[in-house]
Order: sequence, then structure tokens, then C-alpha cells
Amino acid sequence: MLANQHVLEGNRLVNDLTSSNLKSSETGIESQRIIARYMLDLGAEASIHKFHRQLNHFHPLHFFSSPDSGIIEENYSCSSYGINTVGIIRAPRGDGKEAIVLVTPYNALKSGLGEALSIGIAYSVFSLLSQVTWLAKDIIWLVADSRYGEYAAVSAWLRDYQTPKFSSLSTLDAEMCPDIDNLYDLKVNSITGSKFSSSFKRAGTMAAALVLKVRNKSDQFEDTISIYAEASNGQMPNLDLINVVNYLAVHRQGLHVKVEKLWSLLNSSWLKILGEIFESLGKVAKSLNPKWKFGITATEYVEGTATLASSLYYQALGLPTGPHGAFRDYQIDAITLEILPKFSSDKVRHSDILLRGGRLIEGVIRSVNNLLEKFHQSFFLYLLTSPSKFVSVGVYMIAFALLIAPLPIVAASLYVDASSLGNCSKSDKSTPSASLDTDEHSITIGSWMWLNSAKLVFLVHLWGAIVSLIPYVICQIPDCTPTTSFMIWVLLSMLSFLTLYSVLASPLSCAKASQEKEWALVKSVTISSVFIGLGLMSVINFATAEIGALLMVPMCLLARPLKLDVRAGTLRSFSRMIGNLVLGLIAFPPAAFFLLKGMLDGFGSVNVGAFWIWVESLWAWNSATYLFIGMVHLPCWVLCIHILLHTC
Amino acid sequence: MALLQRPFLVLLLIVTHQFLQYWVAFGSVNEECQKQEEFNEELLLKPLPDRKALAHFHFQSSAPPSTSNGRHHHLFPKAISQLVQKFQVKEMELSFTQGRWNYESWGGFDPISSSNAKPPGVELWAVFDVPQHQIDASWKNLTHSLSGLFCASINFLESTTTYSAPEWSFPPASGNLRYGTLPREAVCTENLTPWLKLLPCRDKDGLAKLLDRPSIYRGFYHSQRLHLTSTGSGSEGMDSGIILEQTLTAVLRPNSRRASMAHAREKHIQPSWSLSSIFGKQVSGRCVLVKSSNVYLLLDRGLVSELKHLYKENEKLVANDLATKNFWTNPSFELSAKPERVFIEENSMHSNSSSILYKFPVEKYSESEPFDLGVIWKDPVVWLCQQAPLRASRFLMGSGNERGTIAISLKSTQLSEGFMGANANDKRCELRVYVFQVVPWYVKVYFHSLQVFVDQQPKAVSDIIEKINVSPSKDKVSPGVMEVVLKLPCRVTSAALTIEFDKGFLHIDEYPPDANQGFDIPSAIISFPNFHASMVFLEDDSLNKSPLLSKFQEKSPVMSYTEVLLVPLTTPDFSMPYNVIAITCMVFALYFRSLVNVLRRRVAEEERFLKDKAARKTGWPLPLLSKLSAKLRGRQWEPPHSAPASSSFINSKLVFKVILVAGLAVGWQYYFS
Repeated sequence: MLANQHVLEGNRLVNDLTSSNLKSSETGIESQRIIARYMLDLGAEASIHKFHRQLNHFHPLHFFSSPDSGIIEENYSCSSYGINTVGIIRAPRGDGKEAIVLVTPYNALKSGLGEALSIGIAYSVFSLLSQVTWLAKDIIWLVADSRYGEYAAVSAWLRDYQTPKFSSLSTLDAEMCPDIDNLYDLKVNSITGSKFSSSFKRAGTMAAALVLKVRNKSDQFEDTISIYAEASNGQMPNLDLINVVNYLAVHRQGLHVKVEKLWSLLNSSWLKILGEIFESLGKVAKSLNPKWKFGITATEYVEGTATLASSLYYQALGLPTGPHGAFRDYQIDAITLEILPKFSSDKVRHSDILLRGGRLIEGVIRSVNNLLEKFHQSFFLYLLTSPSKFVSVGVYMIAFALLIAPLPIVAASLYVDASSLGNCSKSDKSTPSASLDTDEHSITIGSWMWLNSAKLVFLVHLWGAIVSLIPYVICQIPDCTPTTSFMIWVLLSMLSFLTLYSVLASPLSCAKASQEKEWALVKSVTISSVFIGLGLMSVINFATAEIGALLMVPMCLLARPLKLDVRAGTLRSFSRMIGNLVLGLIAFPPAAFFLLKGMLDGFGSVNVGAFWIWVESLWAWNSATYLFIGMVHLPCWVLCIHILLHTC
Repeated sequence: MALLQRPFLVLLLIVTHQFLQYWVAFGSVNEECQKQEEFNEELLLKPLPDRKALAHFHFQSSAPPSTSNGRHHHLFPKAISQLVQKFQVKEMELSFTQGRWNYESWGGFDPISSSNAKPPGVELWAVFDVPQHQIDASWKNLTHSLSGLFCASINFLESTTTYSAPEWSFPPASGNLRYGTLPREAVCTENLTPWLKLLPCRDKDGLAKLLDRPSIYRGFYHSQRLHLTSTGSGSEGMDSGIILEQTLTAVLRPNSRRASMAHAREKHIQPSWSLSSIFGKQVSGRCVLVKSSNVYLLLDRGLVSELKHLYKENEKLVANDLATKNFWTNPSFELSAKPERVFIEENSMHSNSSSILYKFPVEKYSESEPFDLGVIWKDPVVWLCQQAPLRASRFLMGSGNERGTIAISLKSTQLSEGFMGANANDKRCELRVYVFQVVPWYVKVYFHSLQVFVDQQPKAVSDIIEKINVSPSKDKVSPGVMEVVLKLPCRVTSAALTIEFDKGFLHIDEYPPDANQGFDIPSAIISFPNFHASMVFLEDDSLNKSPLLSKFQEKSPVMSYTEVLLVPLTTPDFSMPYNVIAITCMVFALYFRSLVNVLRRRVAEEERFLKDKAARKTGWPLPLLSKLSAKLRGRQWEPPHSAPASSSFINSKLVFKVILVAGLAVGWQYYFS
């Protein structure tokens, strides 16, 4: 158990770090030295890991490839490297096959008290673990140099851990940079005999990883821990890891645990009304039979919905919500814990945070340590509704399946209608005494009519692929502001659309008679392609598919030429027209983005460049959402607009 | 008949008895002129640089080749001699290890680390003196016997997928060698007790009495080893002589009392320890059956040179004086007992530093005056143990469940530069490294993907690899074995060997109980044939040669083991079969129900039955009348449909009533609760 003595040691390190911060903050090497020395004092193996910042480029060919292959050798200079400090405790009686990783991001250049505190917590746990006898797995403590971002440091270390390069042609050696040399005079620690090394140190297969952060500036009324779990493409760590953290934090340390919420949803009145309806229904049910306990309170409902929405949103985005995302790329379960201490300014609080945070980390590490097998019992596919509640894949898939189930049916019925309508009109026009073979001929033409619309749909999808490749070209243009990049992108997209339209797709080539039902066939093929796209996407990233389906399914199902509605002139057709127009506006990806952003952050902050930045982040993180938007959503929207504007 | 037989039998008995007596007498005479069975016990203690202490117990029993004692021995454990005789074992080694040997701080060049640092779990190798085709059978039988003898699951080594036959890379190389490891075997007292039973005094007396279970298993590393060599009998009739060497190596942390005091200077001093503080027991005399019983304290080269350095600074004395008898009391440390002899290592290569060995015979001590060797440190000393020329580590690369890469990286240890420096400038100077690697069949190694990097430059495989022997794995039959001789330049700083593999699929019942943990790849063995780990201590009397010291003198190549690797393989959802069974059963039940219904039900007959029923209900005249009228009208008669219609009507009415009553009840409950 983490005792006061460990906390004192942690506190000492925090004080050293904060004071050294004042002393020399020009290189930040001093704090690395201090941390390495403390690690050595414990008898742990300390080493440093240099890495270079890797700029995120868009490589269309490397989109789905594993994280290691997209590396380009570049000429690095001494100025653009970061230094991770790594300490490893070998389990005294373990066989060293497995390891648990503890990560504390630390920016030596401008570190606040929060970062120093997170190091203090990690150190106090580390000092405890260097003495305990129950360790079965090695412990790796990574102090990630977050001057180029937390994620970059962790992913660089993981890349060197998992896929090291033995042949290095252009990487610079430590000797070339003068200030790293200062680290090497630590050499051998006289107390413990542990050595400091510059070579990359390894432990076994990683079982789990915890990223620990302390945010100092917070206005919480109680000590809170927020859990971030989403990794790239909506991958989640095993639910058991979250459960362990939640259980230990709530029941052992008395901490308040929260997960990310969409705050704007908390104040929405319609949610509250819905919640109240559910609450009263629950009450009624309970009064009928006390065993029926499905009622939840309105506030709980609203909070759960807000959490669910945020969980869905972050998974759909496909961007990792913290440095833990780097671990998920290597199938390692990892989460980020952010400790938000109660607002106060006195020093006593520090040791309290160290004690409680340290005990929580100790408990989690001990739980993982005691596991014989890696996490596999619980869910990997889930959406959180609160730190202790979730919606599993078996439940949310039903909603999605119901949402997309009409698509193939409607497509089939549209196709059948269109072909039968064609035949009827044909037979009406042709004289009853027409020869049998012309009739057969028309039937064969009619049954192959859909090919024409399939061609159109295919071309639009091709255009979508081209549009999603255009950013690669735009990236090459130097000194582009996001706004201009976006504008260039839009212009190029439209240009390519027009060329494709004029060159390949000439929809007027068809006979006049078939035009009446052409839109129905186009709609049918569009719907089928959307169905296929959504089905595929639900396997890759469910949340994206879900949100996409929410936008696209009504749009696809409602789409009907405006001319027809105008001609009909009834109230029903008028309302359908309005609905079509609104959906056509909302479902356009940039429009949807701006609308959502405006709803969440207020419309004041919305500018055109924001979308470009967002898209840039999507492809930089190899998010499949980008491909979905480019190759499923956008073509579908174009096709629906095509149907709306159809001249029949 | 019986009467006739009895005197004959008695006669026979007498004759045989006399013959036996003569034979036994002859045997004893024969034995006297030959060697006696011997038992030696020795304990070597060594302070380690990282504030720990190494205890190395060495028990050696030997049975000389003889025809005399037949199947009986005075001291030698019968179980072992039976084993040797039955399976014709020429040489065998079995080790049980827990923990990892820390090559960096506990040394990798001395005889102890080279022959006693073992991979975690169980390692067994044996050389058989039988024809080639019988070796596998002998091996299987041997594993089963050892499994019973040592209460361990060594019998898992019986399967051909677990053992291999290295050709030349394993040091006692010979065609009759079989080698197998069980990395996941847990080692505990149940393995130690049978091992101790092989000692003549067990753990009741002598040095073995120190083997206090809790203190040994609390340590950082312990490895119990059993090594036997049968010397082979010259003639047919004689049994082979056997030398059984039992060693137990433990790395323990002395719990220093001063640790609590966080005084800056005290913290830097090595913790003082004694036998009683690390084992909780003292030596109260030797085992009575023993030939010699000694305790040694070894100060390795690094420590001695460091001490000399300190000594020089303090006392301004000439270095030669250090090797005198009174070295055991010096400013840096103090021994609680006076050693009988001090040995200084005879070594031409390391003239400036040679290790020092203190010998403490246990004979002098008794129950009343127990022997308790203690080392009391007075000055902080920092030293490094001698390292093997290259430090080997092995790790997995890649991610995902499909493929990966095994990498063996060899890094030059700066310490070894000293003794390579002499001929390092020579361009032809080559450092030979043997790599022996066994991979289980489900890790499908592609040997063509072998890549070699020397000093971070990719090299052609043929330039670096002098000799390679590969036997690819066969699915579910044999593991893949790779034996490589690397020929590296002496000035190499780092070398790496990578080889890619695909992860295979196992059948569902081939998965071990904890399949989700992953699968082990046993340690690779890296040996350096050009370097020999030996320490030569000159002894005066060649008669009473200490087995431990003569063991140290043996020129065995420096060997080191790499880490055990854990490969996560794809595991099936083990609960899936139950789900599948449940769903299938449900589908089958539905199908058969409908099928049986279709087959069993005779629609026509049921209709007739219904008709009959209806007829009986309505009475006979009505249908008859209607039939009649139908006939009269010339139309086909239709049976009345009123009955089913009325029943359905009743049903809906009933449902409505039930709903009404339920609604009333709900309302009632809601308003009056």
C-alpha cells in the first residue's frame, strides 16, 4: 500500500522539478536529469529515448497501413528532437514476459504544477513498486516529452519499441547534440548499482497502459478523475480496464469519476421533458410492481444521453482523445486518466492528491499485474453512458439495423416499380398488334435500364474518391491558410465534377420515355450503394456509420424530384419538398459540420477554415471517417441532389 | 517328487549363499583398491554490485565405475543411478529456475553465470548412449521418470513438438543430444524437496541446512540444477561411474538493518550481511557423510581492482601487499571469521585484476559453535561485474495477430573491450557467436527472411553467417530449430538478427488453459566459443581437490540465455461453441417440430374428424337435410362454417374481456396504492 513515505518522496521530486524549472528552463534537459536520477535512486533501469517530431502528411497509399510504414527519413537537426525518459522496474521474481506501462506526459519547457504533480504521483507509485514483492510484470514508466504534443512522444516511443529500425542511415546520434551529452554523466548510480543507459530498453509484451495527467487549473468542488478511452477509428480499450479504474476510484479512493459529455445537451429542454416522461413511466411501473426497476430519474437520463452522445461523437470522429490512442494501434489496452484536483492553493493538498492518485494507480497496476491473461473477457465494442454504464454492441446494433433495414426494401420496390412502369408505358404506347419480338426487346432494354443509373452512381462515387484525394495535392502547396486551402479544395472538386459530368455522364442520352422513371432507378441504385457503404462502415467504425445513417437514410428515402412535388401541389408533397430541401442542406458534410460546431460552440467561432482543419486532422490520424465522408456520404448527397433537381 | 526336491533346494541355497559371500567380499576388496563413493558439499558466497548477495550451493556425489555394488550404493542416490542405467544417459542436466539472471549487474563471464544462469522454468537436456533410433524413446521415458522424481510437469517435454536435437550450437554438442524447455513451469518447494532428498544428509545437516525455504523463495533469482555425467564403464560387466552435481544458485537481498536510517553516507555503503541474516540459519557443522565441506567467499575481479584502488589511496601501499593473508581485514570491509586460506586467481589475461577466494572449512565448527560468515562493509564501493563480450537481448517486433518478427540484438559491452583490445586492431579478428533458437510450430518462422545488421548496416547473410543449420517446423509434429554461427568483426558495437514469422492457428482443443495470455517462445542460447569462462585457483594438495574449484577451472564457453518471449496468438471465443450449440439446437427443434407436424398431421382426416364433431354437435338431421337439399339443387354440398366462425368470435370477445379486466386492475392498483 502506498504509504506516506512514498508520497514524501514524490513530493520531493515535485519540489525539485518546480524549482529546477525556475533555475534553467532554456533546454529542459535539467528536469530530465532529475527524473532519471530519481529513477536510478530507486534501483530502476533508467534510459532516455530520443525521438524526432514527425510531421503528419497525407499519404493516400498508406491510409490503412500499419503505423510503422509511413515513416519518411528526413534530415533532422538537433533542434527538433524530444527526449523521453524511461524507467523500468523488473519484477523480482517474474519472467519478464509482460509489462505494464505508465505514461506521464511532461513538457520540460513550459511545465506547470499539474505536470509536475503527475510526475510526482507516478514517482511515488514507482518507488512503491520498486520495493514490493508481488510484481509479476515489469513496470515501465515513460516520462513522455510533450513539447511536440503528448501523442507524438508516446507514439514515437511505441514505434521504437514495437518496430525498431536496425539500419539507420540518417538519424543523428546522441553525440551530435551537445546538451544530450550532459545526461550521460549520470552513468552508474553508486547506491543501487543501477545503470543509466542511452540504448533503448525493453520489457516484454505490454499488457496495459495508463496515461496519467493532472490538470491543475480546475474549478471542481471535489477531486475528480476523467477517463478518456477513445482511440483512433472509434476503437475502445477493453471495458474491464475502465471498470477497474472506475471501481477503484469510486469505492476505494472516493474520487468522483466522469467521462466526457456533450455539455450543450445537458441544458436542452426537450431532453429534460423526455427524461421526465421516462421517469414518470418508471414510477408508474414501479407502483404496479415493485420489482420493475427500469425507471431512471430525469437528470440521470439527460446526463446519460449527453455522455452517450459524446461517446458516439468521439468514436465517430475517429481521432484518439489522448496519448492512449497510440497504444491501441498496437492492440494494447490503454486509457488516459486526468486528475482534476479540488480547487485550493495550499501545499497540503499536493500530498493528498499524491496519496489518493497514487493509490488509485497502484490499485489499477496491481489489478492488471495479477491478471494471468490479457483483457479479453469484457466488451471492446460499446458506448459509454456513464463511467459505470454502457451500451454494448448487441444493443446498439439493433437500432442501426432497424435504421438501415428499409434501404434494401425500398430499393427493391423502387426497382420493381420502375421496371413495371416502364413496361406498362411501353405496352400502352405500342399498338396491341405489335409483334412479339419488339415487345421482348423492350423488356430486355427495360430490365437493363438500371445499368445506366448504376453508371451514374459509379461515376459520382469515382468523383468522391477524387475529391478525397485532392487534399494530397493541396498539401503540396506551401503557405496555405486553411481558408484558402478549403476554397481550393471546393473549386477543384467542382471542376472535377463538371469535367466528369460533361465527359462521361450524359444523362440525356436516354430515351425520353425512360426519363420519367429514371430518377426512381437512380434512387434505387443510390439507396443500394448507401446501404452497402453504411454496412461496411458499421464494421469499421460503428459510430460514424450510425451518425451517417441518421443523416443519409431520411435523405435517401425522401428524395423525390422537386418538379413532381411542385406539380402535385398538395400539402403532403409540399411538406415533403420542404423536408427534402432541409435535409439536402443539412446532409452536405461541410454544412453538417458547421451546424454541429455552431450548436456546440456558438456560431461566432465558425469560419470556413475550421472545416479544413478538421478534415486535415481526420486524414492525419488515418481516420476512416474521412474515407466515409469522401466516398459514401458526399456521393450520396450529390446523387440525392441530382434526384431532387431531376427534370422529369 | 517334493521330497526329492527339497534337499536339492537347500543345497542350492547354501552354495549360492557362499558364492554371494565370496562375491561381496571380493567386491569390497575391489572397491577399496578403486575409488570410494564420495560426497562433497560447498557453498560459495559472492557480493553483487547491486546490493545483493549470491549464494551458490554445490553438492557433488560421485559413484565410481564398479562391478561390485551392483544396484546398491552407500551415498549415491539410487534413483539417479537407476535412471542412468535404464536410459543409458551419458550426460544430463535439469534445471528449475525462477526469476531472471540479471546479466548486466550480476555478471555474464564467470563460470557461475555461464553455467548456472538458466532460463525461467524448466530446462532439460540429455545425451544418450544408445543407437540413434532409440534416442527419442529413451528421452520420452526419461522425461516421465524425471517428472515423477521431481514433482514437475517435465512429462510435457515428451511430445515431439517441445524438444529438439541441436547439432552443434549447444555446448555439449553431440548427435545424441535432446534439448527441451518448459518456460511456464512454476518452481516451488515441491521441486526442491525431492532435489534435497538426493543428498545423503538431506537438509537436516551440513550446508544444506541453510536452505531455508522462505528465504530462498523470497530471493530475486533461484535456480536448482542437477547435472550428471556418467563416465562410462570400460568393460561390459561394470556399471558406469556417475558424477552427480547438484547446485542451487540464489540471489538474495540482505535486509540490512541500517536501511531505515536514511543517512546519506550509510546509504552508499553496501549492506552488511551474514549467513544468518540472509538465510536465517547458521552452519552448525558438516554432514557426517561428507568428504569435504567448505564455504567460500568470492570477490570478483571488478571488486578486487576497485578495492585495490581504494586501498592504494588510503594506505599508500604497494599493490603486491594486497595479496597477503591479512587482506581479509581491510579498510573497506571486514569478515567475521578468519579464512583458512586465500586463493588468488591465476590468470595471465587479467594481470591487473584477479578475483580472490576465501576458504572457510566447516569442519571446525559444531552445534555449540556455529559458523556464521558475515561481511561488514565499511566504505562505499562501486564495481561492475565482468560481462560477456556481447550482451544479447531478444524481443518481438510488429503488432497484430497476423505476423511478427523475432529480433535478437547483440550489443557490445564496453567492459569486454579490454580483453579484446589486444587483437582488436587486427582486421581479421573475428568474434564467433553461436545462436541456438527453438520456436514452437505455431510460430511459423520464415527462415529466408533472416536479416543481419551489423553496426546498424544491413549486411548480406552470407558475409556474416559462417554456418547455419535450420530444421523447419512441422505442424503439430516438431518445432523449428535454428542454429547459426555468426562471424562478427571484433570491433562490432551492435549486431541484430531479425526473422519474420506468421502466427499460426491452433485447433480449439490444443489451446492451453490460459490461452489469452499468449504463447511462449523459449529462450535462445547465445554462446561465445572463443571465450571461456574459467577461473583457475591453484590448490596445494591435488588429492583433496575441491569439486567446485575444479569446476571453475573447466574451460566451458561463455553462454547466456535471452528472455522468454510471449507471442499473443489469436484465440477463439471459447464460449462460442456453447452459443452455437444453443442456437443450433433451437433451430433444430423448430425445424423438427414443424417437420413432425407436417408428417404426422393428416389434414384430410382431421377435417373429417372435425366434420364428424360438427355433425354430432348439430345432430344428424341437419347435415343430412342440407346434403339432401344440395343434391336436390344440384350443387356440391358445403359443410357448415358457423362453428369455427363463432369460436373465433368468442375468442376475440374473450381477449377483449381479459384486457378490460386487466386494465381495470391496473387502474385500481394505481389509484389505491
